[in-house]
Amino acid sequence: MSHAIAAIVGSGNIGSDLMYKLLRRSEHMEARYMVGVDPASDGLARAASEGLVASAEGVDWLFAQDERPDIVFEATSARAHLANAPRYRQAGIVAIDLTPAAVGPYCVPEVNLEANLDQMNLNMVTCGGQATTPIVAAVSRVVDVDYAEIVSSISSRSAGPGTRANIDEFTETTSDALVKVGGAAKGKAIVILNPAEPPMMMRNTIFCSIPTSVLDDKGLQDRITESIHQMVAGVQSTYVPGYQLRADPQFDAPLDIWDGMARVAVFMQVTGRGDYLPPYAGNLDIITSAAAQVGDLIAQRRINPAKAA
Amino acid sequence: MTLTTDKDGNVIGTQREVRLTDTTLRDGSHPMSHRFTEKQVRDVVHGLDDAGIEVIEVTHGDGLGGSSFNYGFSLVDTFRLIEAAAEEAKRAKIACLMLPGLGTIEDLKHAYSAGARVARIATHCTEADISIQHFGAAREIGMETVGFLMLAHRIDPAQLARQATIMVDAGCQCVYVVDSAGSLILEQASDRVAALVDAVGDRAQVGFHGHQNLSLGLANSVLAQRAGARQIDVALCSLGAGAGNTPTEVMAAVFDRLGVATEVDVPKLMSLAQNVVRPFIARLPFMDEGSIIQGYAGVYSSFLLHAERVSDRYGIPVVELLQEAGRRGYVGGQEDMLIDIALEKVSEGSHA
Repeated sequence: MSHAIAAIVGSGNIGSDLMYKLLRRSEHMEARYMVGVDPASDGLARAASEGLVASAEGVDWLFAQDERPDIVFEATSARAHLANAPRYRQAGIVAIDLTPAAVGPYCVPEVNLEANLDQMNLNMVTCGGQATTPIVAAVSRVVDVDYAEIVSSISSRSAGPGTRANIDEFTETTSDALVKVGGAAKGKAIVILNPAEPPMMMRNTIFCSIPTSVLDDKGLQDRITESIHQMVAGVQSTYVPGYQLRADPQFDAPLDIWDGMARVAVFMQVTGRGDYLPPYAGNLDIITSAAAQVGDLIAQRRINPAKAA
Repeated sequence: MTLTTDKDGNVIGTQREVRLTDTTLRDGSHPMSHRFTEKQVRDVVHGLDDAGIEVIEVTHGDGLGGSSFNYGFSLVDTFRLIEAAAEEAKRAKIACLMLPGLGTIEDLKHAYSAGARVARIATHCTEADISIQHFGAAREIGMETVGFLMLAHRIDPAQLARQATIMVDAGCQCVYVVDSAGSLILEQASDRVAALVDAVGDRAQVGFHGHQNLSLGLANSVLAQRAGARQIDVALCSLGAGAGNTPTEVMAAVFDRLGVATEVDVPKLMSLAQNVVRPFIARLPFMDEGSIIQGYAGVYSSFLLHAERVSDRYGIPVVELLQEAGRRGYVGGQEDMLIDIALEKVSEGSHA
C-alpha cells in the first residue's frame, strides 16, 4: 500500500524530534525529506544518517524534487511559513505548521482533528496550547466557561531561541486557542521558564470559571471530572502517553480576588517520550506528537486512498 | 556624582545621586490582595509627588496582565490606576512593571497611553533573553527602561552580571539586582551590585530592590548604594510582598543622615506613611514565620498570601508549603504550584 511522502522543513530540535516520531511510529507516512538552510546543521546530518534525503538548500530544493511530498511539516519560523504557505498550497501539498504563523486553523487533534481533515493548512498552536486546550474543551462541553486561564511552566533548557525571542507569540496564540479550540468565552495564557536542575517536567495548570450552581451540584461536578478524564485518556492513548493529571480536578467557591468567579482547577504534567529531546521537554514532545498524529490521520483518510485509487 | 549617558551623549536614568523609586502602589499590591482603590492611588501619588519622589510605580503586583486566577484579580483595572496616577503626578514619572510571558508589548503600549513613562521589565535572573523584544519595544515607544533580574540570590555575581549585559544590550537603561526572596545578606547584595556596575560601566545605571524578610532590605540598600547603585526601590510602611520592601520614609531619613542626596522631603514622606498609607493597610507586612522562611529558604515573596490561602483550603501549614516551594526551585509566577504541593501532601496522607 502506498504511503504519503512527508517532508520536514526546519532541521532544528523540533524537526529532529518529529523525524524520529515519524520514523518510529508513523503507519501511513514515509519520512522522505529533511530540509534546512545551514549545511553544517547537525539535524541534516542526523536525517541523512537515518536514510532521509537531506538538503541545506531550502524549500526551492524541495520543489525541484521529481517526487514532491504530499505533506510538509513546517518547523521553521512564522516568517518562513508565511512565505512558504502559498507555495505548498499551489503545489497541492498539505502543510502542518508548527510555527506561530497561524495561516490555517488551529488544530489540537483530540479536540478538532476530525473536523479539520479536509484542510490544506493546519496550525499546531503552541506547546502550551496543545497541553491545555483539551482540558478547557472538556470542561466547556459540560458547562459554560466564561474565562479560561492556563499557566505553562517549562524547563529553561527546553525553551529554544525561537520561543525566547518572541514570547508574546506564545501568550497571544495560546490565549486565542483557549477560545477558538477550547470553547471558552475569554482566554488568558501565562508561560514560565524555570531553570531548576535537574530540569523540571512540563507542568500545566488550567483554571476554568464555572457557573456557581456547579458547587451545589455533585452530579454536575462528576460529569465535568469524567469529561476531563475521558479527554486525558484520549490524548494519552492516541499520541502522548505521558499526558497525565497530577490530581483530581479541584472545584473552588468564588472569592473576591477571583473577581467573584467559581472555578475548576486542573493540574497536569507532560512527560515526553524522549525520542530526540529528553523526557522533561514534554512541551516539545506534545507539539511534535500532535503534528505527527495530524499527518498520520490525513495520510490515512485522505492522501493514501487517493494515491491507491 | 557622574551623569550616565548613552552612546549618543543623551543622559539616561536619574541625575540625582540616588533615585528612590517608590513601589508602594505595585509591590504593595500583593499584601493588599490587588485591591487598591483609585482614591488610595491618587492620595499616595499626590503625596509622593509632593515629597519629590522621582518615579512612582503603579501596576498589579505581578505586573501588566497580572490580573488572573493565578495571582488574583485587580479590584480596579491597572490601566485605570496608571491613568489616575499620571493625572495626579505633577513632576514624578509613573512606572509600570511587566513580566514577559505574562504581559505583552500590547500591554506596554496601553500603559504608555495611560501615562506610564518608565517600563520596568522583569525576568527570572537566568532568563534575561526573553526580555529583548520588550526592551526594544519600550524604547521605541519612548519609555525610560529598567530591567529586573529577579530572585538574584539564586546565581553568583558573575553570572548575574552576564544576564545584566543581555538586558543592557537590548536597551535597558538601568538594571536591578532584585532580591525577590529577601534572601541576600549584606555583602551578598553589594557584591552583586558591584559586579553589575563593573559589567555595564557607563552604559546603564544599576539598581537594587530589597525585601525585609530577613530584616535586611534597608541595610542591603545602603550597601548597594555604596557599591554603585543609583536607583533604590522603596515602599511606604514597607508595603510589599513577604515582609515588605525597604521602607521609603526610613530609607530617605537614613540617606539624609549619611549625606547621600535623594532630593526628597523626609518629613513629608514620614507624614504620608503615617497619615495616608498606614490607615488603609489591613495587613501590615511583618517578619512572621511565613516571610522569614521566604528569606531563609529563598522563596519568591509574593507567594506568601497565596500560601496562606492554600493552607486554609487544604490544611497544610504555610511554612511547609513555602519550604517545599524553595526546595523545588520554583520561580516568580509559579503560584499555582503551591496548590500542587498541597495536593501532593494531602495524597501522601501526611495531613489526612
